[in-house]
Amino acid sequence: MEQVTKRYWKGVEELRNDATYVKHAQSEFVEPSANDLQSIFDGSNAPRRDFLKTIGFGMAAVSLAACETPVHKAIPYLNKPEGTFPSISDYYASTYTDGGEYASILVETREGRPIKIEGNPLSSVTKGGTTARVQAAVLSLYDIDKLKGAKRGGNDITWETADKEITNQLAAIAAKGGAIRLVTSTIISPSTKAVIADFAAKYPTVRHIMYDANSVSGIMQANQLSFGRPVVPSYDFSKAKTIVSIGADFLGTWIAPLNYMKDYAKTRKIGAVGGGNKQMSRHYQFETILSMTGSNADYRGTYKPSQEGLVVASLYNKVAAKLGAAPISAPAVTIQYLDKAAADLIASRGRSLVVAGSNDPNVQVVVNALNNLLGSYTSTINLAVAVNTRQGNDQQMNAFVNELKAGQVQGVMFFAANPVYDHPRGAEIAQALAKVPLSIYFGDRADETGSLTKYITPTPHFLECWNDAEPVTGHYSLTQPAITHIFKTRQMQTSLLTWAGLPNDYQEYVKRQWKANQFPKATGFASFDAFWIKALHDGVFEPTAMPAPVAASFAGDVATAGNAIAQRYKPTTGMEVALYEKVGIGTGSQANNPWLQEFPDPVSKACWDNYAAVSQKTAADLGVEQSEMVSIDVAGKTVELPVLIQPGQADQTVAVAIGYGRTKSGRCSDGVGQNVYPLASLAGGFVSMSAVNATVAKRSGRHEIAQTQTHETVMGRKAVLQEGILARYQKNPREGRYEPEVETSKGPVHATDITLWHGYGKPNHSWGMVIDLNSCIGCGACVVGCISENNTPTVGREEVLARREMHWMRIDRYYSSDAEPEKMGAIAGYKALEVASANPEVTFQPMLCQHCSNAPCETVCPVLATTHSTEGLNQMTYNRCIGTRYCANNCPYKVRRFNWFKYHDEDKFDYQFNNDLGKMVINPDVTVRSRGVIEKCSFCVQRIQEGKLTAKKERRRPLPDEIQSACAQACPTDAIIFGDMNNPESTISKVLSTELNERAFHVLEEINVRPQIAYLTKIRNKDEGPKQESTQETVS
Amino acid sequence: MQVNKDHKSFVMSRLGRFCGAFALATTLLVNGGQANAQDSSAAQGGGGPAVAAAAPAAGGGGDIAKGKELFTNNCQQCHNTNEVALVGPGLKGVRQRTPGAEWLHKWIRNSSTVIASGDQYAVKIYNQFNKTQMSSFPNLTDKDIDGILDYIDSENAGPKAAATGGDNKTTPGAQTNGDSTPSASSGPSELFTLVLVALLVVMLLVLGVLFVIVNILSKAVSPQAVGIDQTVTTTPLVQRLRQGLTNTVNNSTVRSVAIWLFLFVATKMSIDGLYSIGIQQGYAPKQPIAYSHKLHAGQYKIDCNYCHTGVNKGKSATIPAANICMNCHGVIKKESPEIQKIYAAIENNQPIEWIRVHNLPDLAYFNHAQHVNVGNVQCQSCHGEIQKMEVVEQRSSLTMGWCIDCHRKTEVNSKDNAYYDKLVALHRKESKEPLKVANIGGLECSKCHY
Repeated sequence: MEQVTKRYWKGVEELRNDATYVKHAQSEFVEPSANDLQSIFDGSNAPRRDFLKTIGFGMAAVSLAACETPVHKAIPYLNKPEGTFPSISDYYASTYTDGGEYASILVETREGRPIKIEGNPLSSVTKGGTTARVQAAVLSLYDIDKLKGAKRGGNDITWETADKEITNQLAAIAAKGGAIRLVTSTIISPSTKAVIADFAAKYPTVRHIMYDANSVSGIMQANQLSFGRPVVPSYDFSKAKTIVSIGADFLGTWIAPLNYMKDYAKTRKIGAVGGGNKQMSRHYQFETILSMTGSNADYRGTYKPSQEGLVVASLYNKVAAKLGAAPISAPAVTIQYLDKAAADLIASRGRSLVVAGSNDPNVQVVVNALNNLLGSYTSTINLAVAVNTRQGNDQQMNAFVNELKAGQVQGVMFFAANPVYDHPRGAEIAQALAKVPLSIYFGDRADETGSLTKYITPTPHFLECWNDAEPVTGHYSLTQPAITHIFKTRQMQTSLLTWAGLPNDYQEYVKRQWKANQFPKATGFASFDAFWIKALHDGVFEPTAMPAPVAASFAGDVATAGNAIAQRYKPTTGMEVALYEKVGIGTGSQANNPWLQEFPDPVSKACWDNYAAVSQKTAADLGVEQSEMVSIDVAGKTVELPVLIQPGQADQTVAVAIGYGRTKSGRCSDGVGQNVYPLASLAGGFVSMSAVNATVAKRSGRHEIAQTQTHETVMGRKAVLQEGILARYQKNPREGRYEPEVETSKGPVHATDITLWHGYGKPNHSWGMVIDLNSCIGCGACVVGCISENNTPTVGREEVLARREMHWMRIDRYYSSDAEPEKMGAIAGYKALEVASANPEVTFQPMLCQHCSNAPCETVCPVLATTHSTEGLNQMTYNRCIGTRYCANNCPYKVRRFNWFKYHDEDKFDYQFNNDLGKMVINPDVTVRSRGVIEKCSFCVQRIQEGKLTAKKERRRPLPDEIQSACAQACPTDAIIFGDMNNPESTISKVLSTELNERAFHVLEEINVRPQIAYLTKIRNKDEGPKQESTQETVS
Repeated sequence: MQVNKDHKSFVMSRLGRFCGAFALATTLLVNGGQANAQDSSAAQGGGGPAVAAAAPAAGGGGDIAKGKELFTNNCQQCHNTNEVALVGPGLKGVRQRTPGAEWLHKWIRNSSTVIASGDQYAVKIYNQFNKTQMSSFPNLTDKDIDGILDYIDSENAGPKAAATGGDNKTTPGAQTNGDSTPSASSGPSELFTLVLVALLVVMLLVLGVLFVIVNILSKAVSPQAVGIDQTVTTTPLVQRLRQGLTNTVNNSTVRSVAIWLFLFVATKMSIDGLYSIGIQQGYAPKQPIAYSHKLHAGQYKIDCNYCHTGVNKGKSATIPAANICMNCHGVIKKESPEIQKIYAAIENNQPIEWIRVHNLPDLAYFNHAQHVNVGNVQCQSCHGEIQKMEVVEQRSSLTMGWCIDCHRKTEVNSKDNAYYDKLVALHRKESKEPLKVANIGGLECSKCHY
């Protein structure tokens, strides 16, 4: 018989013995691939029956799976640190730094992860205040787009390899005498500077260059010229009676707003919150854009960027003429209220303060001269205490770019700086970087600059770092880590020490520095260790009180400066561009933080975009409407942006915010808005954030701008907003109050005197809030503080456009209107009321759940998901809510938010909240809401419960102001007062005891919902104008 | 074609599994109904100990009483009051055998300094107990320590004087609490079963007898009926019973009653079953380490606080870290395979992954400190008789109804707590009833849901 050795195979793959064949040979059924399943689920590529069967099965499986008991693990510490208990928060004092920004902070950590940042009240520099950016910084820690390890040219390498290669190359460059440059933003850490000095000692060709994206280099230069000190002085707004700001947004973005906010607000507090004070500072603001600071001014004028120097010069001349000083030769400009400002400055001589936002040293020299004439240097300005948070030197940076372009730099390192993105010459730097043999990036991501360097040695977030800071002369601050390094990152300081061949423990380094420099200044400590522990505990070390300002001899040449101003500032007829920094996004360093992207700008209330802001008149001239696209062309550089109509902006100008248009920053910021840093220019070596002779033209297309508030004016509703002026308030503390009355058979009675309801008893506590509209500056720290405390989701631009933002707290901004419905007839008049004035007065009104005692929402809930507590809280029970949204409909304040989606679990909402790393920021005491339920401000009931429990554990009553809501704690001006109205010792009770008869009002008092929140009338320090008609109105 | 068939079979096999799961679910629902029935009794049972246990905590005045309290809180974990050694020596006669009161004060406050000073007796004791360091108690005053020592003396003097030939081996705690032994506690239930079985037998006997009587009687009666109806007389009892049954079944009223009854019972059971979804009463998973509360909390009377350190401080009572186990097991029973698991965890730096027994949903906030520290609620009120559990199981239903029920019934522990003074005064004005948790907002939503 024939030998049969024939082989049979079912297919070619068996013959070839493919890997996939071998893998599946053992299994009888082919596992459907993910793709196949997908096609079944979406029905795209499957018979209808299969689709239905699968879906049917899926439903059954899901409902069955829901019945099964999931196994939860409980994993205790292996070796529990003493004093730490799970579920109990630990607070660590630390320091927030982001470029030139500084805040002394307390970090709340739970089970070893930071979840909240609060201000540190022990700091006399930031005084326990926070800003929106400080509050949001905790989320940047959990940014999933950060680098997870060292990189070389886009490939992962180990730290050992990086160290070896970089050290070799540094040594080679240094041996040849090649230039090495370290480019950073402002560094306020003395120890870091010492590390850089040590590094430079090892590699002598190293030079350190600091620059700031939004520079005040001109002020330092002017102080060098005027007083021989290249510093930024500290400004004491609390002593100022007349404040004149020319383009300086000192409450929002100028130098160190946190240092100024509380002092400024102190001069604006009157009545019970101001300790019975009935005097206010008077604030003049002259500016191009309507800034947050300008919104708070009593008098405000506008100018075009081409007039900036002339405004300062004119003001100087007006003051000089009265005080007998020589005038300077610059053409005068006519700006509304400038004469009045000059008169007030002279009247309050010795208690005046003039600040200017210009980065032109000549302008700043004139400002210095003006302040010198007014005697500010012995009262409101302190040259002896320098503010270190802005040290960037534009000229040095400019020289560096020239060097780089010329190929003279052999090695370059960037730390906390992204010049390719945020320097006017960024494109040139990007081009030149390719030619540099060794380029290293110390940053947390491969951003615009980082992606162009050879090596990226990633640095951790500041909450993972050791560091120190000297924000102002003689005041020190420590940064201690609140969490171990999340990724394989290393501090820049450690890297530099490693490469310099020095011991690289930076913690020990800081300690040694403090032992040598700070410890000798301390008194009353037995040992350095005792001192160190105290400093770490306090977070700050302030050996002496700030020295009082002493007279400085002004040596500036005002005449020359005046001539230079006359030379540079010439009238134009065309469009001009003003670039500005937004309160939320800032210079763009934290752009990938979704909380900040969704944080509405205090004035425009727009989020998730930058835009071309123009005045109503200019828009009409250009023939554009809101959201229509325009192109802005400056010296050959063009950007296209949607238009936003901004009342209060100077005509013939267009304002655009910096900080947007990131391209390599991450999922939340890439492609959001346009980068306008290239539109900035260098004038005499100093960065100028404005451009004259721009071309602005209408383009086709629209881009809707997501604004959280679209109604601009309050439409004369005195029940919502009550305001008055100081002169009348001094005579009648009820100035501006609106007291609604209702007609009855027995004549008119006060609207709150008749009621259908029985009310609730509040035997134990009665939680309430007072919001002082006078000291609320609209900064929005409370908004982000609330997001952080209460796990509020980010919803993105599309959803904000659909009016589905989730913020529990918003700040309503109202413009005033010029319309007079009494004269124009009701219909035409009220229509006209909707249009804001060209230069409107602005009022900020924080709006949150008012916790009504007769709450309209409670009566309409069909399932009792919203109910009232005996402590005055309007409670919201998520697990009971079925999502009818009746409550939101019936809420007169529109503060209830509906979860349209499962934001924490949906791919569409990729804003850190839906990934495991981002979820680390969640406050474990607050439920993460699911789809289909209403949510709203709870008065931070988790904090109330915790505070009460602490008191009960100690067998006592809660202390007067022991329990604070997140917004009240975040507020840098103490405009929000939270407390127990049943405790006569609490601040809120003391304030209300007098103010209930004076400034305190409830919003929409006539509907008698009896809110637990009272507002204090907004009083402006204006001269008494024509007498207002009576505020008494009768509702019938 | 091939692919399509595979899909079908894939779906079919899943369907089969689904059917199985459905059957399982039905059984679960029925079981769930039973579990639910236990609910109320468990809750009532839980209410008892809370009130009873509230009393002794209020004591504390004399030296011995204070000493007893201090001993229970600080010493009992390692020392017996009799001569039996635990981690440290038994303390019977400790005053007589040590160098003196002065020495004892120093030793208890900080033994390591005494050892370091080279004291002969101290070094001897230290070596005798495998160089185990005794914890320091720097906060105890001389008076406190004397109180503890007085208590130890009284413990050793008391029982001897009272009882003749009493069982010396029972621990003092057991004597004071008068705990019943496990065998005694299981006694009544066995007796009960016996009685039940006996009753059942008797009933069966009675039934048999009745059957016999009926048979005899019908036989006796039948001859008289012969003339009247042939068919009836020939019909045996069984057949007549069948006939009667058929008639009953065919009766529409009876039928509809039966159907309605069935529907009612089925609906009730399904609703009960649905309510019990997510209720894990009786859940007693196997833990990675066979830790016995019965041994530690029951037999050795180690205070719950000693291990669950967070119970008076925060939300979580906390599962003890391995270093707490090592306080004792650094010396005791080192060779046991279960203890070895703790050693392994420490060596591998791998925390022990316990299985959570009591799972509250995320939407409900519960804080141990509020209940234990402030409310003085005993652990057993919610966790059942944990000191008798070999494996921990969830005794209470942990439903909202169960929580609310307790809040309605429980009096506020307002004694010596200034927080409640105003509330108590207000309540006294309005009512003569004691102040309950419900009276001060204990039923409000945002006390637990936020």
